[in-house]
Amino acid sequence: MSSEPLVKLTDVNFTYDRRPVLQGINMEIPRGKVVAIMGLSGCGKTTTLRLIGGQLKATSGEVKVNGQVVNDLDNDGLYALRRRMGMLFQFGALFTDMSVYDNVAFQMREHTDLPNELIHDLVMMKLHAVGLRGAQKLMPSELSGGMARRVALARAIALDPLLILYDEPFAGLDPISLSVVGKLIRTLNDALGISSVVVTHDIQESLKIVDYVYFVSEGKIVAQGTADEIKDSAEPYVHQFIWGEADGPVSFHYPARSFGEQIYKEAARAR
Amino acid sequence: MPANGLTRALQGLGRRVTDRIWRLGFAARFLMATVMYSGTALRRFNLTIREIYFTGVLSLIIILVSGLFVGMVLGLQGYDTLQRYGSSEALGILVALSLVRELGPVVAALLFASRAGSAITAEIGLMKATEQLSAMEMMAVDPIARVVAPRFWAGVISMPLLAMLFSAMGIFGGYLVGVQLIGVDEGSFWSQMQASVDFREDIMNGVIKSFVFGAIISWIAVFEGYDCEPTAEGVSGATTRTVVTSSLAILAADFILTALMFRGA
Ligand SMILES: Nc1ncnc2c1ncn2[C@@H]1O[C@H](COP(=O)(O)OP(=O)(O)OP(=O)(O)O)[C@@H](O)[C@H]1O
Ligand SMILES: [Mg+2]
Repeated sequence: MSSEPLVKLTDVNFTYDRRPVLQGINMEIPRGKVVAIMGLSGCGKTTTLRLIGGQLKATSGEVKVNGQVVNDLDNDGLYALRRRMGMLFQFGALFTDMSVYDNVAFQMREHTDLPNELIHDLVMMKLHAVGLRGAQKLMPSELSGGMARRVALARAIALDPLLILYDEPFAGLDPISLSVVGKLIRTLNDALGISSVVVTHDIQESLKIVDYVYFVSEGKIVAQGTADEIKDSAEPYVHQFIWGEADGPVSFHYPARSFGEQIYKEAARAR
Repeated sequence: MPANGLTRALQGLGRRVTDRIWRLGFAARFLMATVMYSGTALRRFNLTIREIYFTGVLSLIIILVSGLFVGMVLGLQGYDTLQRYGSSEALGILVALSLVRELGPVVAALLFASRAGSAITAEIGLMKATEQLSAMEMMAVDPIARVVAPRFWAGVISMPLLAMLFSAMGIFGGYLVGVQLIGVDEGSFWSQMQASVDFREDIMNGVIKSFVFGAIISWIAVFEGYDCEPTAEGVSGATTRTVVTSSLAILAADFILTALMFRGA
């Protein structure tokens, strides 16, 4: 049982309207590990997280979390599963009508009958972990982008979930918060025995903390390996990504006609 | 070929009609879900009370002031007409009946739609656009139960109370103009009103109307917010649609309800 990975995606395809976003994704998140998903903007990373969280349903293939097939769960089953998951949204998604404190306390109040004093202690612990204990009374509109993300992180770990999905936890953080959050992800993972999926662009920071990396490009997994394998990889995709080169097998551009051709056509039309 | 153009026009018309019907069906299912998942809103009633504050209490000023002015105008206009027939002491009846039966529920509902309905749509729409509803789903909390239902019930509960206050304020306005300013006999103003306004026929029917209007506005407002495109334009479009659709729906429902209620009278 425990050798079985916590999350397993088998031949997953996903299509928005008619545009294929993910094609034949096979992915495993072992228990107790931190796994990174990397790739260019728009390659389908957030979509993958939403499939794991059951907010989107795979067009074909199977998404399995903790032994349950997410595609087949009914609403109650899905909600039961989600109580054991935390998700950090790409843009924070804090509840703007609640203070920082109430945001972090939200799930505790919704899902448990804990007395207020205990909730208070737990909230303080979570906020302390992200260094924002002093900000408990602020409203989300009074936070900077990086602070909001750290509050969202505290909220995601509020109920000590089994699995945490981080969508771009490092975006918009200053170097100090960045390494603090990086270490926090690792520490939470190891101390609480949870598993983590980290979607990120930040290669250098994430290679320090993750166990395994998947590279996604245009909806397919193009490379994978442990952090050390990735660092020494000779794969052109990986090399290009780590060194941030515009030229290489990964295309920086959203699919379009070649630029020269387009300019030529538009010029011809203008004439 | 003209036939071709005609076909295309008909197709376009057909598509728009079927789209509307789809959306109406979707809205009906949404209403059912809202009512079914109302447990949280009713059990943890402080959630609903909070929304009553935002929708109801914050609409008080505009409702009270408008009620006063509408009543004052009724006093002026009513006196002008009635005194031609030498029955100016019936002013009390005229003011009270117009307000309790029609103007109270309808005008209060129109004001409520633009003051509170639009705010509900914008709030839910923005929560959707900023992924707060998604985040809630991921925390295993159903946004229909936690966000939509309390706002819906708050609207349903607030509307009859606001309409009553509107009518009361209007009657006071009519009294100010009719009795204090123009000098209609105070005794007959009140006693005639008391004698001819029937509790069941007039007041209860007015309350039923405003209750129905409250449900219509709240339904449209929460649906438009929940269903909107999660962008800035989407939210603004949905807000406009809430005000326009609920205003039309109120007037149409008013006609139907009036026809049913006062048929015999
Ligand atoms: N609601 C939607 N409707 C249609 N297409 C969508 C929708 N959401 C995302 N897409 C498309 O799906 C693709 C993958 O989107 P996704 O959000 O998963 O990207 P991402 O890898 O998270 O990118 P980023 O790093 O910029 O967050 C994109 O090309 C996007 O255009
Ligand atoms: Mg993304």
